[in-house]
Amino acid sequence: MSKKITIEPVTRVEGHGKVTIKLDDLGRVTESRLHIVEFRGFERFIQGRPYWEAPVLVQRLCGICPVSHHLAAAKALDVIVGAGTGEGLTVTGEKIRRLMHYGQFFQSHVLHFFHLSSPDFLFGIDAAPELRNIIAVAQENRELAYQGIMMRKYGQEVIAATAGKKIHGTGAIPGGVNKNLSLDERDSLLKGPDPMSADKMVEWSLGALDFFKHYHKNNREMVDNYASFPSNHLSLVRKDGALDIYHGVLRAVDNEGRRILNDVDYQDYNHYIEEEVRNWTYMKFPYLKEYGREKGWYRVGPLARLNVCDFIPTPLAQKEFEEFKAYTKGKPNGMSLHYHWARLIEVLHAAEVMRDLLNDPDLQGNDLVVKGKRQEEGVGVIEAPRGTLFHHYKVGDNDLITMANLIVSTTNNNEPMNRAVNATAKAFMNGQQEITEPMMNAVEVAIRAYDPCLSCATHALGQMPLEVTLVNEQDEVIDKKIKG
Amino acid sequence: MADTIKIKIDGKEIITAKGKTILEAATDNGVYIPTLCHFPGVPPKGSCRICTVKVNNRFMTSCSTPVADGMTIDNNHDEIKDYRKSIVELLFISGNHFCPACEKSGNCELQALAYRLGMLVPRFPYSFPNKEVDASSPKIIKEQNRCILCKRCIKTIKDKEGKRYFAFNRRGNHLEVVLDKQMGQAISDKLAQQAMENCPVGSIIYKGKGFSEPIGSRKFDKKPIGSSIEE
Repeated sequence: MSKKITIEPVTRVEGHGKVTIKLDDLGRVTESRLHIVEFRGFERFIQGRPYWEAPVLVQRLCGICPVSHHLAAAKALDVIVGAGTGEGLTVTGEKIRRLMHYGQFFQSHVLHFFHLSSPDFLFGIDAAPELRNIIAVAQENRELAYQGIMMRKYGQEVIAATAGKKIHGTGAIPGGVNKNLSLDERDSLLKGPDPMSADKMVEWSLGALDFFKHYHKNNREMVDNYASFPSNHLSLVRKDGALDIYHGVLRAVDNEGRRILNDVDYQDYNHYIEEEVRNWTYMKFPYLKEYGREKGWYRVGPLARLNVCDFIPTPLAQKEFEEFKAYTKGKPNGMSLHYHWARLIEVLHAAEVMRDLLNDPDLQGNDLVVKGKRQEEGVGVIEAPRGTLFHHYKVGDNDLITMANLIVSTTNNNEPMNRAVNATAKAFMNGQQEITEPMMNAVEVAIRAYDPCLSCATHALGQMPLEVTLVNEQDEVIDKKIKG
Repeated sequence: MADTIKIKIDGKEIITAKGKTILEAATDNGVYIPTLCHFPGVPPKGSCRICTVKVNNRFMTSCSTPVADGMTIDNNHDEIKDYRKSIVELLFISGNHFCPACEKSGNCELQALAYRLGMLVPRFPYSFPNKEVDASSPKIIKEQNRCILCKRCIKTIKDKEGKRYFAFNRRGNHLEVVLDKQMGQAISDKLAQQAMENCPVGSIIYKGKGFSEPIGSRKFDKKPIGSSIEE
């Protein structure tokens, strides 16, 4: 008998979502969907507010990577206050923002790997649910859990020093920043009490990478084939092709590595990107206009960034990048679980960048803000931990916002996540009449690789938990399991 | 000595000058009594009631009550503290005070009082009134969602001829403080900044200031409101 499976809620991701999978009479997967069941509305209620509130207000979309929204909004407002796009800021302004961003990048990636995903690697996808959490990780591998927690703390301290507080600070303002980094703050981050030093973070980042590479080596077939499919990839890159998560130009490559979006100015993003709405989810489906809905969808995030960039401008991460690229013989990597690998290379890169920035005396400069000729419209794009993030605002003559459009990282990954769900459902559920808990977790593992932030993506209400529903071809619910 | 009198505040004997208000006498002697509508140098009205104390067991506003010999004043009783907290709560629920995105956060007297009085959540239901934002002046935004009708701007922001920039408009539930449209067009930077500074909440915003003051250096980041009086 045909079935519809619902996994609700999806766990160990940020936000609330569910998965539905349809099986035909023979138990074969015919359709699967990742639904985002929250609705938020930030794009609407920011309208009518003074423009300088946007970086502080819109970051409340998220408690995990608010700095991304804070900075993307600030970058858009840089344009509006006439401070240009990225390069227009003072040296101190730009470097403080970079430090803030790399700090949050570091903590968010670490949170995802250690707190959310490491249980799957440590205990296995089919381990008992009560084991699959950070507490069990701490009991099984104390050092791993300790490092994860302290690394996250370090990133949070960097944010506090640059933004004013760990979550929802006010550091970035239109045209610059509102503070520099004092010598005391610098010293405590650079060589704080063990283990809170920049060098230790680099050392531990290498250790985390080794942990994953060891797992990969022992589970190569599973890791390489899990929700593996070709796609386009999109991210910001520095003008010289280097990985840059704060500023750059938009570049996309296809599954062969051919450039299909060639280093364009993100102020014109809406010339290149379109969003499709589907009636079963609050999350839109962006795609590259030129290639249409069917062929224009793309991945974003760590895997996409490493597929798109030419090199990483820090030595240790570059070495790892070369190994990563060699694994697919220089071609774009379409293996979903390799997101973790790419993410950990970025963790190492972030640790190196933070260390280098902390040694830079420009951070103690006092020239913090630039202003120029006021503009009516601005776009800010940044590489958030989960991928490319677009903020677009229009501001009236009276300084109130009249239009806001956000394309959030997870939204960009909507199509690939749906494909990953489909691939995993087929691999684990085809021909099965009974849905087991490990099968549901297998689907979640695929979603989790993309580190989705569902609450950001829908601008949310609801509860965090994954629902899997089994329906027959007449849409009758045969079986339903809810987790949460 | 005929000009001095003795009063007691919370059991502490204070010698003060005749003609002073209870609030002035307390402040001179390191006793903090919270205020909101009161503004130094402007005749008190006692309209917000937050400075209420018990004088010889009767509720009175300390900003508008002159001291009298032998007064016994209660400023720290649980009943008084809860009374003040309820006033703050009522102010919160009668407007739309969204501290997380308000640039006055950290410098806001209403927020600072809520912290000082230990307010966690209002005991009254929010009214979510439909208020407007007047951004027509090139220098000032008048944010009606945050106005507590304290009148400080009306009383203190005037031009050289003494003409007021702000005034009450409408009545009853609909009462609001508005910026004169014509005068608002010509207001100077200095006066606009002064208006923001004098406003105890985030209802008068000087355009262009934004969040330029980092967290940690704002008025109430390090010490609670009233600490400077108690030091």
